[in-house]
Amino acid sequence: MAHSLVPIWTVILGLGIFIYVSLDGFDLGVGMLHGLVAPSEREMVMNSIAPFWDGNETWLILGGVGLLAAFPVAFAIIIPAVYFPILVMLLALVFRGVAFEFRFKHAGMSRLWDGAFCGGSLVATFAQGVVLGSFIQGFKVDGRVFTGSSFDFATPFVFLTGLGLVFGYALLGAGWLVMKAEGALQAWSRRAARICLIAVSCCIAAVSLWTPLASSVIAQRWFGSASAAFLLPLPVATVATAVYAWRALGHEGAWQGFAASIALFALSFLGIAVSLWPMIVPGHFTLWEAASPESTQAFLLVGTLVLLPVILFYTAWSYWVFRGKVLQSEGYHAV
Amino acid sequence: MTLDPLLLSRLQWVWVISWHILLPAFTVGLASYIAVLEGLAFFTGRAVWASISAFWTRIFAVSFGMGVVSGIVMPFQIGTNWSRFSDTTANVLAPLLAYEGLTAFFLESTFLGVLLFGRKLVPAWLHFFAGLMVAAGTLFSTFWILSVNSWMQTPQGFHVSDGRFFPDDWWAIIFNPSFPYRYLHNVTAFYITTGFVVLGVGAWLLRRNADNAEAGIMVRMALNLLIVLVPLQMVLGDLHGTNTLAYQPAKFAAIEGRYDTVSPLPLTLFGIPDDVAGTMRYAVQIPALGSLLLTHSKDGTIRGLNSFPADQRPPVGPPFFAFRIMVGIALIMLFVAVVGQFMRVGRRLYHSVWFLRLCQWTAPLGFVAVIAGWTTTEVGRQPWTVYGLLRTAQSVTPSLTGADVALSLTLYVLVYLIMFPTGIAFMAGVVARGVNAAGTGPTTIEAGRPIPAYIAPAPLPVGE
Repeated sequence: MAHSLVPIWTVILGLGIFIYVSLDGFDLGVGMLHGLVAPSEREMVMNSIAPFWDGNETWLILGGVGLLAAFPVAFAIIIPAVYFPILVMLLALVFRGVAFEFRFKHAGMSRLWDGAFCGGSLVATFAQGVVLGSFIQGFKVDGRVFTGSSFDFATPFVFLTGLGLVFGYALLGAGWLVMKAEGALQAWSRRAARICLIAVSCCIAAVSLWTPLASSVIAQRWFGSASAAFLLPLPVATVATAVYAWRALGHEGAWQGFAASIALFALSFLGIAVSLWPMIVPGHFTLWEAASPESTQAFLLVGTLVLLPVILFYTAWSYWVFRGKVLQSEGYHAV
Repeated sequence: MTLDPLLLSRLQWVWVISWHILLPAFTVGLASYIAVLEGLAFFTGRAVWASISAFWTRIFAVSFGMGVVSGIVMPFQIGTNWSRFSDTTANVLAPLLAYEGLTAFFLESTFLGVLLFGRKLVPAWLHFFAGLMVAAGTLFSTFWILSVNSWMQTPQGFHVSDGRFFPDDWWAIIFNPSFPYRYLHNVTAFYITTGFVVLGVGAWLLRRNADNAEAGIMVRMALNLLIVLVPLQMVLGDLHGTNTLAYQPAKFAAIEGRYDTVSPLPLTLFGIPDDVAGTMRYAVQIPALGSLLLTHSKDGTIRGLNSFPADQRPPVGPPFFAFRIMVGIALIMLFVAVVGQFMRVGRRLYHSVWFLRLCQWTAPLGFVAVIAGWTTTEVGRQPWTVYGLLRTAQSVTPSLTGADVALSLTLYVLVYLIMFPTGIAFMAGVVARGVNAAGTGPTTIEAGRPIPAYIAPAPLPVGE
């Protein structure tokens, strides 16, 4: 099973999921906050993500299909095991996505679609957190199939990860609004971001304590061996980033808080990767055992190495086109 | 009553994909139409093209949004309900699905943002380019997803090991035998579907106001497209059928309702299939015409279903009836396309109430034909997911209970029954407000998005 493309695909898939979490994370976060801002400012909040949301959501498809292509058995075990969280996430994304188009056309129903937008964002985010928690806690597997029940996922731990992701995405969303808004809405977003930062930091701390207590493998990884010392910078950097984000959100700069929030996600992501490495189905399949044959990975890699930079380029370009502050009634004005 | 997770999973798949396919069936053609209109607007500088484009872009935005959200559901269906299929076929099929994402979805969604909101933020040529990229994205997407579907119908370029498929030859996998026919037949079907919608909407607008210049242009453009594509589609359909006869004889026999093998072969126009007895009841047949039409020879024949093992026969009813619905619609479409040309020559097009009404009524026919065609080819493939190799019954997720799937199916039904009718009513509202409704300067922002320049009060600077 020595298979030289596996590390490359691990990096690509990890990067894809991280980009998804960062991008759809902020627009789902904006969706949740949308329900909390003053009604007169909801328009502006929605406009700040309107040109981006479907591009952001596309990374979710790439994450799912990329997992299927590079590590098929992991896809075939994990997705059925989180049957209901995935179902709930998809339906919530449906409501939220169509709310972008529907909420203005029926004067009487705009409140309903506002609710669908905010509620859909919240439910989808929580469901994604549940998927994350289920993945960390592992599944019942026999051979190449999931053998547990469709309700195995429901544990207190996944409630914690769900809650953590809700505050995490809301932090990203608030950070985005700090960048895109001015005046009262910006000030409100700074306060909201700080509250979310405290909440998400508590959740990260709780998960960091819970996982080594629940799993001897994870405890061994972080505290047991000599190599554990090399991992020390990770928690230290996480704490430092959280402190920096707190300060940046309180000061003048518009983008530093958002950037620090993304960095906080990156560090948490690395932390989970360290805990689970080298498993893709915790306890059952390593990345190498789950990998598709080299011919499959090579065929897809050729195109991915060409297309992914192109996609990143024109995605960045579209963000550039819509740069600047968004105004309440005039759409974007270029800076 | 016990709930069967296999049957319910199949019903769930039928439910989510039938609704989803309606959107690409419309947006693939509409994206190309908008790209053409944007091109005309850019090169001629005439405002009428931009206003038609803006009108259809408003409708496109809604249907594309619905397509995105119902489309995200699809790859996850393969995992949640068909995990055995995923594990068995992923080595071969998953890269094609991933290429669909890489080449199409990002292109569509990113440039759609620019097309919708970027008119005053980017130069005119770049706005036209964004329209082209969205159209290209829809065609790339169709390419890959139909390659996947075609491989499931006519698999090649692989070997089987440990009960799983492994790729040997990617070219053979992508360009498998039924793919070229399926791709051309589908894209043409999508263009025709859009053509009839544009025709119907244009006709409705003309009936309200015969001097509506934009509506007249829509009707003329649609008729010009249809007089070429509808006959072409009939030829492509025949070629596709010949391919099916060669590679999927059992499906072909089901489509024709042919249980026994006879020569010369009659053509069965209608009847009531009886799978248990293995016979067509009340059959209305034309002697010997089957040989001529289906095998293009005087006494050619096809293998009847009764000569296939009982556990390798598709049910006859759905493909048999769906195929006849599709062909019937094709004949109606041909009639409309031909009469439309006569009307043009006779200069009665904009004033003929009966013909404009006919155009309105035929507007949804493309969608019905697409669903009918899809039913024909997919039910005809049964009892296999990968033809002749992997059974549908062996593809389903083993951990699911009937109650699990009953619950998920119920939720999908409820949510889609809210979302799709609302979306359709919403698009009908856009049509009802007319082409230039937005040009009168609305005070609210369309769809909660930044005001695109084409609905802003100030005139457009042409070509910055």
